[in-house]
Amino acid sequence: MALSIEDIKKVAHLARIEINENDANATLSKLSGILALIEQMQAVDTSGIEPMSHAQDLSQRLRDDVVTKTNLRDEFQKNAPILGNGSQEPAVAGGLYLVPKVIE
Amino acid sequence: MEWEVVIGLETHTQLQTNSKIFSGASVKYGAEPNTQACEVSLALPGVLPVLNKQAVHCAIKFGLAINAHIAPRSVFARKNYFYPDLPKGYQISQFELPVVGKGAITIQVPAAGKQEAYEKVVNITRAHLEEDAGKSVHGAVESMSGIDLNRAGTPLLEIVTEPDMRSAAEAVAYAKKLHELVQWIGICDGNMQEGSFRCDVNVSVRPKGSDKLGTRREIKNLNSFKFMTQAIEYETRWQIETLEDGGKIQQATVLFNPDTGETRAMRSKEEANDYRYFPDPDLLPLIITEADKARVSADMPELPAAMKARLEAQYGLSSYDANSLTSSRDLADYFIATITAGAEAKQTANWVMGSLSAKLNSEDKSISHSPISAEQLAQLLKRISDGTISNNAAKQVFEAMWQGEGEADAIIAAKGLKQESDSGAIEAIIDEVLAANAAMVEEFKAGKEKAFNALVGQAMKASKGKANPAQVNDILKKKLQA
Amino acid sequence: MAKNDLSNGSLKSYADLLQSKQISSVELTQEFLARIHRYNPSINAFIALDEAKTLAQAKAADVRIASGKAAPLTGIPIAQKDIFCAKGWPTTCGSKMLANFVAPYDAHVISQFDAAGAVNLGKTNMDEFAMGSSNETSYFGGVKNPWSFDRVPGGSSGGSAAAVAARLCAAATGTDTGGSIRQPASLCGFTGLKPTYGVVSRFGMIAFASSLDQAGPMAKSAEDCALMMNVMAGFDERDSTSLDRAKEDYCRDLNKPLAGLKIGLPKEFFAEGLSADVGKVIGNSIAEYKKLGAEIIDISLPNTGLSIPVYYVLAPAEASSNLSRYDGVRYGHRADSYTDLMDMYCKSRAQGFGAEVKRRILIGTYVLSAGYYDAYYLKAQQIRRLIAQDFVEAFKQCDVIMGPAAPSTAFKAGEKVDDPVAMYLQDIYTISTNLAGLPGMSVPAGFANSNDGKALPVGLQIIGNYFDEARMLNVAHQYQQVTDWHNQAPSLPEGNA
Repeated sequence: MALSIEDIKKVAHLARIEINENDANATLSKLSGILALIEQMQAVDTSGIEPMSHAQDLSQRLRDDVVTKTNLRDEFQKNAPILGNGSQEPAVAGGLYLVPKVIE
Repeated sequence: MEWEVVIGLETHTQLQTNSKIFSGASVKYGAEPNTQACEVSLALPGVLPVLNKQAVHCAIKFGLAINAHIAPRSVFARKNYFYPDLPKGYQISQFELPVVGKGAITIQVPAAGKQEAYEKVVNITRAHLEEDAGKSVHGAVESMSGIDLNRAGTPLLEIVTEPDMRSAAEAVAYAKKLHELVQWIGICDGNMQEGSFRCDVNVSVRPKGSDKLGTRREIKNLNSFKFMTQAIEYETRWQIETLEDGGKIQQATVLFNPDTGETRAMRSKEEANDYRYFPDPDLLPLIITEADKARVSADMPELPAAMKARLEAQYGLSSYDANSLTSSRDLADYFIATITAGAEAKQTANWVMGSLSAKLNSEDKSISHSPISAEQLAQLLKRISDGTISNNAAKQVFEAMWQGEGEADAIIAAKGLKQESDSGAIEAIIDEVLAANAAMVEEFKAGKEKAFNALVGQAMKASKGKANPAQVNDILKKKLQA
Repeated sequence: MAKNDLSNGSLKSYADLLQSKQISSVELTQEFLARIHRYNPSINAFIALDEAKTLAQAKAADVRIASGKAAPLTGIPIAQKDIFCAKGWPTTCGSKMLANFVAPYDAHVISQFDAAGAVNLGKTNMDEFAMGSSNETSYFGGVKNPWSFDRVPGGSSGGSAAAVAARLCAAATGTDTGGSIRQPASLCGFTGLKPTYGVVSRFGMIAFASSLDQAGPMAKSAEDCALMMNVMAGFDERDSTSLDRAKEDYCRDLNKPLAGLKIGLPKEFFAEGLSADVGKVIGNSIAEYKKLGAEIIDISLPNTGLSIPVYYVLAPAEASSNLSRYDGVRYGHRADSYTDLMDMYCKSRAQGFGAEVKRRILIGTYVLSAGYYDAYYLKAQQIRRLIAQDFVEAFKQCDVIMGPAAPSTAFKAGEKVDDPVAMYLQDIYTISTNLAGLPGMSVPAGFANSNDGKALPVGLQIIGNYFDEARMLNVAHQYQQVTDWHNQAPSLPEGNA
């Protein structure tokens, strides 16, 4: 499965990573090398083999339904990013995290 | 051409828990923004999810309630997409192996126009556990949206139907039935204003008789039954008109605008999504054993269908009455509490569905907020049965109780509504009436039945309405025949 | 021990000095801080120091020791890989994305060390989000291999590795997703252990590939690693994959004799790709084990060659999803200027992540995307099971498996940085244990001469069965009783003395 520049752009968009034409070309050659490495898998017949998602064959433990967390908003919002676009203020207001307008 | 509309629903029910599905943050509604957003809700670096036992119990309860297959092993998967209210950049949900498999719900579609009421079975495809997203708040700061993650991580059960419904009425009947059921089994508070029960409705149309499904559009986030009816009807008309005008339907996600009564495609969902589902490596498979199911089952209330059958068999209620009384858990509980407190079943059914329901409706109150408790109503009904008060007087007592004037007995005493049931006293009154109305007595004896009723009326009047009418009847009959 | 070679001591020797009040924790800590001031400017092992915090912990440890309530690591300065959230400390994971992030909570590993009374000496450099085998992907610059400053220390735990090798700390923590403890341990000549998956809680440890990530000790000797494991291991209800097992003492078997030990040598670990000088050193160490009474058994791990392709599907897939939270909304880097939400996402992430991280996100996104899932992700998970089953078969024949930890000695900085595939092959002997969830360690086994005549360390890898860490530590400890490779320290060029 050969990669194309369009694949790189599509995947970069899905991953929300801006990529310019130059980067896309450089990335294409590197990712093609990695994919060639990955392609070695195709030689193996895996029919009937149960996929392995976890390192151990165990089941999920359940937590009692108890409220254990307190309000640490101020502490957490000390890490808020800088708003940007000319503002050096943190991207929070009235306890809300600020982002460019979400259009539904 | 005649068209047929095909409808399927996906309902997000918020499960009744204290804490979030994967963390110990509170899920209480209405808190200040981000004050219930713990490190897990915020997806800080390094945090991990741990599954809430109560959320799993709720899912099992629902599976049992709709006779569904409950998966002995189900898997949590990540649904990857970017949105500011989705802090991890993925939603933890279930994809290939949901906790609840195929089941069914029987709905009652009410009569409308020439169409008589009918029952229908709606098949449930699956129900899966997942986490809710946060909220985007608009308008707080100009040209920005504010993100509140209090709701992020709230446990949801997403219940998906087959495309089995063929009208807005059927879709709404299903949604109402589901709404009643999830509250009945205590897994959801059903509060639609607060978003505890939200429906996505998939609508497509096809020529009547066709067995191929048309292209569907999904109406997102309907949180009232009225809007659901309006949205489906508008969407159906729009799709038919589009097709009849030679257009094609594009698969889309649409929003309903209650102000215009119209639907429109969402801009943010224009691009085709590629959610890249894969099993969440942070969570292990959820194993549910027969013993787990038995434990939850033991904790289940009697289901509405079973209770309906019991009310018919045990108390001789009509199918209609039994159905109405089991339309909500609160109503059914009220009914049972009233008869447990000593009231007679049929009489209770009549009062609960008659005067009480009318009064509640007129004041837009739910039965759980009834000013008259089941015990209070039972006392009133017993006073009717034992002849203490007449039906007419009972209505006055009911009004007084509604106004909070106290218990039935106290009101009867205070208002002097007790019937005269002393046969000696009634005999004395009747003797006076007979003496004063000799002409009527003659008429009666000449065969005029009406004269009897007139005499009863005179006797009641003489007793100022307090005489027990049945007793007046009996005594009068005896005296006249003597 | 004389104070002048204090930095070369064992954890037990520090504990003895501290508890017999021959030295205070403050003095011991200051000794290491002085070495850091002297050598770190050139080595770049530490990327965050906070002497006030560190010394406050040392003072508290001295109080605890005075009250007679000392635990084995009380008062001992430990370097923490910057992948662990430590409350009030910058926690960057080696990325520009988190350059300004100050952790508001403690990782389980950090709280375990705090509870033991250990002193947090500082946060160590690492490959960005633990993606790399040379520490060259760090936003905060590369780390020098203390044995040869023109060479890499390995990665991703390169800062911790250099800190242990240069004796800038008593011991350090690392994490290992595909070899990130063992490969640098081999390249820098010390002892490092990746435990069985689930033995050390991942809570608060910034995720790279969740089903493979595991924290472990990086220290001078097996005995030191055992003491570190006694602190790090243990059930944590905040991590769903943390194993609920009885607490164990990893020192309990250190002194058992090795007579009758069955050592499996997988032929695949000695095939093409292994540099001859490394192979020779490993051969010598196996000979040493024979002298200790071990029996050598030839085994095969037939699917081990597939571990790199499988890993480079699964790890990037998990990483692409794990790193989606870095979107510039709630914390982390946000672009200076952006036009709308989409632009903010794409710019913030393009600027906040380095080239290798972006490559892995793209690969991971690709292999999970519609139409490719079955051919890549599902297939890789199936082969992962085959790889794990190889080990199950192998452990029917032997008690431990041995081989090289890395295919070569430390390579030069810049040598592989533009060739991701060559870099990925560094982990050819370590990745399969991560895929299987097994414990593995690297033990100093000698030196090989580089082509420019420098003696560079070589690590012997020991792989054990699930939960067999105590036995592996015993196997390594017995070797360290008859060899002194683990006591060798590089002579450092004079720093800011």
